Amino acid sequence: MSAAFLIEQLLNGVQLGVMLFLMAAGLTLVFGVMGLINLAHGSLYMTGAFFCAWIAGATGSFWLGLAGGFVAAAAAGALIEVLVIRRLYERDHLDQVLATFALILIFSELARWIFGDRPLYLDIPAVLGGAVPLPGGGSYSAYRLAIIGVGLAMAAGLYLLITKTRLGMQIRAGESDREMIGALGVDIRTLYTAVFALGAALAGLAGGLVGALQSVQVGMGEPVLILAFVVIIIGGIGSVKGALVAAILVGVTDTLGRVFLPQLFGLFLPPSEATSVGSSLAAMAIYLLMAGVLAFRPKGLFPVDVQ
Amino acid sequence: MGPEHRRELIVNAVLALALLAAPLIAVTLDEPFYVTLASRVAILALAGVGLNLALGAGGMVSFGHAAFFGLGGYVAGIAALHAFEDSHFIAWPLEIGGSEHMLVIWGIAMAASAAAALAIGAISLRTTGVYFIMITLAFAQMIYYFAVSLPTYGGEDGLSIYLRATLPLVDADDGLTFFLVCYALLAAALYFSHRLIGARFGAALLCARMNPERLATLGIAPYPVKLTAFVLSAMMTGLAGALYAELNGFVSPAMLSWQRSGEIIIFVILGGVGRLFGPVAGAALFILLESFLGGWTDRWQLVLGLILLAVVLFARGGVVGLLAGRARHD
Repeated sequence: MSAAFLIEQLLNGVQLGVMLFLMAAGLTLVFGVMGLINLAHGSLYMTGAFFCAWIAGATGSFWLGLAGGFVAAAAAGALIEVLVIRRLYERDHLDQVLATFALILIFSELARWIFGDRPLYLDIPAVLGGAVPLPGGGSYSAYRLAIIGVGLAMAAGLYLLITKTRLGMQIRAGESDREMIGALGVDIRTLYTAVFALGAALAGLAGGLVGALQSVQVGMGEPVLILAFVVIIIGGIGSVKGALVAAILVGVTDTLGRVFLPQLFGLFLPPSEATSVGSSLAAMAIYLLMAGVLAFRPKGLFPVDVQ
Repeated sequence: MGPEHRRELIVNAVLALALLAAPLIAVTLDEPFYVTLASRVAILALAGVGLNLALGAGGMVSFGHAAFFGLGGYVAGIAALHAFEDSHFIAWPLEIGGSEHMLVIWGIAMAASAAAALAIGAISLRTTGVYFIMITLAFAQMIYYFAVSLPTYGGEDGLSIYLRATLPLVDADDGLTFFLVCYALLAAALYFSHRLIGARFGAALLCARMNPERLATLGIAPYPVKLTAFVLSAMMTGLAGALYAELNGFVSPAMLSWQRSGEIIIFVILGGVGRLFGPVAGAALFILLESFLGGWTDRWQLVLGLILLAVVLFARGGVVGLLAGRARHD
């Protein structure tokens, strides 16, 4: 096994990780500020991917599509916040789970209605179509490297937004005391809509970026949603920093597990069994990681005092 | 007995009779499809009654009950496979083969669910709130992926049950008989839940949900009470899973999926959380909507989503709450 192969797999893990971070950031912000579990977050990811693929297909420009997916997801997020989500903040988690589960059904059916039953495909933009040489002799897809770059840039942007701007100050205030910032004259309703739309836009961006790596279809959001939940639980719900650390951890664990566990079991099991045992364990690895983290730190790696 | 309590009893009786009457009428009209539909309602209601014990009475929002539902299903599937092939599940140190006796399968399904719930609950109950929801989901996903990667038992494609297991005295292959068996088990589970909630254990469980500190002050540790309820809840859902696999003649990882967990939660909430007959009403309404909307429009999921949304936003207390008035214990 060469160093180049190892680096390539590590980069794959990091790429999955930053993708998960874009999803998890919105989830964790919405939970931290509004105390809401949003199962429909995966639908916003799907919305971003569909609009990106559709606009890119119609105009021929990937970048226009990506911007369109970003905006469409933000708009869809703002819309469901105003129509449905804002009625759920005062409800218990059970009602939130059910209502956002209903939103998944609605979104999936609408997507099927608007875009048809067949998956859409999105091409990697020509500029990023090539490969970048890696130290050690291998090479790596420029597009995947660009995803890592965008994800890290978004993480930095989010950090600046939360620590340096007025909106960020209100978000932090909202996390520590919801009633108080309302009493201080901040328009909470607008703040909540803005936070929700921000999270939705990040999910839509993730959807658009991933759309070029896999087919864009109904149901693509839910597997990512579950992984994003694992991420925010490991990171500590409400913590954006925790989401970043946990997303990379989950991405790398999952990718390396899938590559190396079957090989590891191959050392002492016959090949067919090794593949089956190894791949099943690899699929379970991140959930084992999560159970392990929760067993020792029931509130995640970076606990936040959420009301 | 207040008027609301009496109304809820009437609603319950009407539900129980309607579910019993529907397949009997269907048989006389020679419409076997509706007998199967009624069996599905009874089985899914049983799964919901199980979850209702954890969720309604104990306040444990498990988003992973499909794990037990699917486990029960796989017990039925694996037992049938080995009985059919005359092979062994475990060859050493004990020889354990398949089984074609439904009673044996039920017992193993419940035992397997209990064992899984004991392990999952013991870890999950260390957390509360949203963490509990998510960790139960994570455990169910683990079992889901485990089943997907089991090539011996069908992997992603699942497992067909070619011969339905048998019961002593009655012919379980007959649609109506099988329905009556499921109905009887549902009734037994409802009676058991009712007696359990009315007993000292039930009082402790309700208190563990509403005020765990107070329960602890009274000298009863909340943790074992909740864990016991979680295990009992999983056993009922596991039994439902075994029946469901027998009904469909098929078991696949879809029975373990998180969507299935969501559906079981929907039965409970749609019917009315904590109401004895809530899951029966919820499962019946869900299955009816699914089959009739499905016949009427291809976009039935859209309509179903809108109805669910309306129930959550405007009809708190679910169907039973709507019919029988607000719950007294909120």
